[in-house]
Amino acid sequence: MSLAHTQSVALLGLDGHVVTVEVDIADGLPMYVLLGLPDAALSESRDRVRSAIVNCGEKWPNRKVTVSLSPAWLPKSGSSFDLAICIALLSAHETISAEAIADIVFLGELSLDGRIRAVRGVLPALIAAQKAGVKTAVVPSANYQEAQLMQGIEIIAMEHVKQVLRWLRTGEREIADEFDLQWQPFDDTLDFADVAGQPQARLAAEIAAAGGHHILLIGPPGAGKTMIAERIPTILPSLSIAQALEVAAVHSIAGLFTNRSPTSLLAPIVSPHHTTTRVAMVGGGAHVIKPGACSLAHNGVLFIDEAPECPAGVLDSLRQPLEAGTITIARSIGNITFPAQFLLVLAANPCPCGKFSGRGRNCTCTSQQVRRYLGRLSGPLMDRIDMRVQVDPVGRVDMARTDLGETSAAIRLRVIAARSVAEVRFADYNWKLNSQIPSRALRTVFQPERAGMNFLHDELDKERITARGLHKIIRVAWTLADMHGHAIPTLNDVEQAHILRGGVEL
Amino acid sequence: MQRRNNQLTGAFGEEVVCEYLKVHHAEIIERNWRIREGEIDIIAMYPSGIFTFVEVKTRSTVAFGHPLEAITREKAHRMGRLALGWLATHGCLGCDYQIDVAAVMIAPDGSHSIDYRAAVL
Repeated sequence: MSLAHTQSVALLGLDGHVVTVEVDIADGLPMYVLLGLPDAALSESRDRVRSAIVNCGEKWPNRKVTVSLSPAWLPKSGSSFDLAICIALLSAHETISAEAIADIVFLGELSLDGRIRAVRGVLPALIAAQKAGVKTAVVPSANYQEAQLMQGIEIIAMEHVKQVLRWLRTGEREIADEFDLQWQPFDDTLDFADVAGQPQARLAAEIAAAGGHHILLIGPPGAGKTMIAERIPTILPSLSIAQALEVAAVHSIAGLFTNRSPTSLLAPIVSPHHTTTRVAMVGGGAHVIKPGACSLAHNGVLFIDEAPECPAGVLDSLRQPLEAGTITIARSIGNITFPAQFLLVLAANPCPCGKFSGRGRNCTCTSQQVRRYLGRLSGPLMDRIDMRVQVDPVGRVDMARTDLGETSAAIRLRVIAARSVAEVRFADYNWKLNSQIPSRALRTVFQPERAGMNFLHDELDKERITARGLHKIIRVAWTLADMHGHAIPTLNDVEQAHILRGGVEL
Repeated sequence: MQRRNNQLTGAFGEEVVCEYLKVHHAEIIERNWRIREGEIDIIAMYPSGIFTFVEVKTRSTVAFGHPLEAITREKAHRMGRLALGWLATHGCLGCDYQIDVAAVMIAPDGSHSIDYRAAVL
């Protein structure tokens, strides 16, 4: 028999499709034809597979080799099909039994000497394989830890094609050491105790974490904006296993497990530089569509330092994911949706020179420059920010204190408590956080106390807040009520939320 | 000297393939038909009446890969054109024909093996 088939997975965004890899060896001139819309990297598989086969001491068939990846209409990319093609080819060449490989998914790139290299997107590929009813999958050893997150499918990690062949021919294999699959809830390298002073910013960070509210931190350089933002993940509740899997899948597609362990339950934080492009922010790419910063920050924090320095349009591209919680990228190969539910933390200097704070004595900017600077953050985006907080320079009193501030663990306990109060309240609804309450519900079921409502209506009459601003204030007020143990937001909660919103001038 | 050697090797390979065709009941019509564009090594006809054009590749070493790998897409196309050229000049255009290739490998001890592939184009 000179026909064999096995399986692999093609990824389009986070969606995997199980692909049947068929190899036919026919008489004719030595030739290699690859069918099924391969991209450049996949077309090069021919030379990698051939070298790997020859260098493993196997025979390359000097005949007409036709490789078909079906469904044929689905565009396929990348090097992860190498191993499947190699195994199907050797089976078509009658060196491996065809039945043995028909129902196995193979993932991996081959090096010329036959070693199996790591590939991107192993976790989403396995999720797709499991949905398709696949029972066994062979993955590169380097991806084993990530692959083990997948339950209900037998994962076989292999380092070299020779090992795979020995296993398929004799059934013998070295059992790779199972990674100790310990979810790591917290990382204690960063802690809120490191932050000196800054009571208002600390409070704002706590409210942001408890209610999922987006915040803007404004302050001079060196005041601690970055320090506070970097520590927000440490006060967020640890991810549920389902959330952690979502995060791991997105990071796997991006090939980014170098700096984040797949088993981490800590909310991710992504801080793109302010020169970043729109594509890097929301995701994209010409051939292989990769998730952008806002998807990598899914279930975590997206922190943009020096936000007014961002090119026009980059920040505004976040408006849609902020509303929808997902981002859909349209390209010629199709529409791809990535999750993008993140807590947005923006940091900005008060003016171009950065010193316009307090009495603003050292500021060298003209008053017009100062006014224009924060004006670069567009109105529609600012409307989506629930809190704007001044981070003042740390004074000598705070720096001289030897007792540290509250630890992240202590704040986290309060955050978790506030979140569980909200969760109980929203049990009958399809949202979980105060920041997600739809405006219709805010005007009917989830109104604050009458006095608070009157206060807001007065502000609205004086045109100090917009209608959307009013809703944002009520949402923050609900979080404050949860934290203070009030059943519904009191006038005090509403006023405090109004102050945190930034009052009139911003 | 080397060139002479290679020519002898090639001629030997063609001889081997002719023997092979005769064993398989094919009639040799012409050998080494040459025009400006190139050469057809062997033209034969099977009892079924199909013209067969054979390209022979002979190697005495495998250092340069399998002999048939030396046939590039471009060479294969030229074989097709040459076959049509032969049919045209012999008034047989429209007849059934096929193009075969044969690889002859000569071992250091002088023994040889033949890898014959019919109708490859």
